[in-house]
Amino acid sequence: MNNVFVYLEIEEGIVADVSLELLTKGRSLANQLNCKLEAVAIGHNLKGLEKQVFPYGVDVLHTADDARLYPYTTQPHATILIKLFEKEKPQIALMGASSIGRDLGPRVSSALHSGLTADCTSLEIGGHEDKKAGKTYTDLLYQIRPAFGGNIVATIINPDCRPQMATVREGVMKKEIFAQNHVGKIKPIEVAEYVSETDFAVSIIERHMEKSKVNIKNSSIIVAGGYGVGSRENFKLLFDLAEVIGGEVGASRAAIDAGYADKDRQIGQTGITVRPKLYIACGISGQIQHVAGMQESAIIISINNDANAPINQLADYRINGELEEVLPKMIQFYKKNTK
Amino acid sequence: MGLKIVVLAKQVPDTRNVGKDAMKADGTVNRAALPAIFNPEDLNALEQALRLKEKYEGSTVTILTMGPGRAAEIIREGMYRGADNGFLLTDRAFAGSDTLATSYALSKAIEYIGKFDVIVCGRQAIDGDTAQVGPQVAEKLNLPQITYAENIVSAENGKIVVVRRLERGVETVSGPMPMVVTVNSTAPECRPRNARRLMQFKHARTITERQESNDDYVAMYSERPYLNIQEITALDIKGDAAQLGLSGSPTKVKTIENIVFQAKESKILGTSDDEIDELMKELITNHTIG
Ligand SMILES: Cc1cc2nc3c(=O)[nH]c(=O)nc-3n(C[C@H](O)[C@H](O)[C@H](O)COP(=O)(O)OP(=O)(O)OC[C@H]3O[C@@H](n4cnc5c(N)ncnc54)[C@H](O)[C@@H]3O)c2cc1C
Ligand SMILES: Nc1ncnc2c1ncn2[C@@H]1O[C@H](COP(=O)(O)O)[C@@H](O)[C@H]1O
Repeated sequence: MNNVFVYLEIEEGIVADVSLELLTKGRSLANQLNCKLEAVAIGHNLKGLEKQVFPYGVDVLHTADDARLYPYTTQPHATILIKLFEKEKPQIALMGASSIGRDLGPRVSSALHSGLTADCTSLEIGGHEDKKAGKTYTDLLYQIRPAFGGNIVATIINPDCRPQMATVREGVMKKEIFAQNHVGKIKPIEVAEYVSETDFAVSIIERHMEKSKVNIKNSSIIVAGGYGVGSRENFKLLFDLAEVIGGEVGASRAAIDAGYADKDRQIGQTGITVRPKLYIACGISGQIQHVAGMQESAIIISINNDANAPINQLADYRINGELEEVLPKMIQFYKKNTK
Repeated sequence: MGLKIVVLAKQVPDTRNVGKDAMKADGTVNRAALPAIFNPEDLNALEQALRLKEKYEGSTVTILTMGPGRAAEIIREGMYRGADNGFLLTDRAFAGSDTLATSYALSKAIEYIGKFDVIVCGRQAIDGDTAQVGPQVAEKLNLPQITYAENIVSAENGKIVVVRRLERGVETVSGPMPMVVTVNSTAPECRPRNARRLMQFKHARTITERQESNDDYVAMYSERPYLNIQEITALDIKGDAAQLGLSGSPTKVKTIENIVFQAKESKILGTSDDEIDELMKELITNHTIG
């Protein structure tokens, strides 16, 4: 009762990174709250799935296994979660801010009248005092997210309704094994008792899933370009540097909107969140929506011809100058010093 | 037999073009400094509705918007582009609504207006980026939902077929009507205003707008009833006060902060060969690269 729950997204038997990241976060919240971490797997052929999630600190794994539950459709998954949550009364329920989580979360929160905060960038535990009602609360979930197009950061709470629900984008939280030998309990769900025929009203006629071609998220070095790169041709300079130092190329939205780079390279609030060892920002001014996706990088180098570009505030190294001049030199001296 | 379609559309501040004056010194948003626009994905939704209307003779498209009096602008804009009529859901009781209270009010309003075959929403509104209202309305009306629609392929014989665009793929799905569909920005752009319709509907007004303006066209509004934009309130939709506005909103904003970066201590370099050479050596020696 009153534990932390994470909904697992599963594609072809593999638990999605975003779910594992949430398990890591969920584990630390559960430790803080002194409660258990439970995970919910809804799909088909789930045998053995526990091996993927127990090391992340899952104490209880609920499994709803039925051929009709994979691939994901809204209503059967929603119905199972709603009924399970009514029974188990979680205090916190987390899911990915993905195509699935953002389809499922609102439906569940609406049925439970629980409230839901989309796209959180940080989750913390804290108290709250409602002076007007003369009430104090402890151990609430602070659901922290950018608002208003990313121009402000808001901390949202649900003082009175449970579960406190939040979605988080892939890459925002860190994924970390809790204990390789951690084992939890498996609790199968009697699917037939939960879902009815009407839940299967929407059916999938055709489905094409693609694996993302660009692997920016897992790259430890990122060379990112902004509007200041100036053209698609100039982006080649970034690809050249990335190739010699073993990195991937990312981009700001302004660069993508201008057609200099492809959409799947976008870093930021509405793109991918990254935390590489080295982030080289070339011709990026550092607007908050971009910074939201890269500020956790260990080392940041900014190459900008404007000494006052906001990104310089974050940079460990600021190179004041034209990227057209700097990038070839970086390649040249990297090669010279590694020979 | 035509379809009855309702489009949920919201007037939003244009957060895409936030200038320096958009934020007040205390970190709150200066709404007055931002132009109010038709939420972009709601225009994609409207276009899908209008295509259905063209495809199935006798169909009607109704716009429903919840907001302050000036949100009537959204309904007129919708009419210029092809919608038949619209309802403005407006009441002080809705102030402070989060997405759940908003969905509750919208779902009650839909029940009040009538029966619909298709309820089309945008995927998300740019002022909150939550993408919750569509699915929450569906749940409140106990209807199925299809999210992230890129193309409503057909809606006939009680069945709707939709192509959805997901993060990592595409899906074609079908389901029974009535159905709630939310539309992505990757769907076709909305057609522009039609000049003839602009002339036809430019005097469309809510009762409040008519009372506030001095022009006296009483005869015109009784002759041309389509120029009446209907205004509905919490009372009309028989909303349960506990589920409306602030009291119907489980989520509360605890704090709002302007974003300030912690300035790091950084090394400042020029572009000379020596400086770049030094930098690369340093990165290699401390194993950042190489
Ligand atoms: C709701 C919302 C979501 C958003 N999501 C994202 C997001 O996910 N990701 C994102 O990136 N943005 C996002 N944005 C957009 C963001 O606000 C900025 O517009 C964008 O990040 C700016 O990109 P930029 O820094 O490349 O361009 P600019 O701000 O135009 O900066 C270009 C920089 O290049 C420098 N420069 C120019 N020429 C040279 C040269 N020759 N050599 C070196 N430097 C040079 C200039 O000094 C300047 O600093 C979002 C905006 C909104 C409203
Ligand atoms: N006040 C409103 N009036 C009408 N439709 C709305 C309103 N708020 C949200 N919607 C609809 O719900 C969608 C998702 O909104 P949101 O959950 O706020 O991102 C929007 O694109 C609209 O179609």
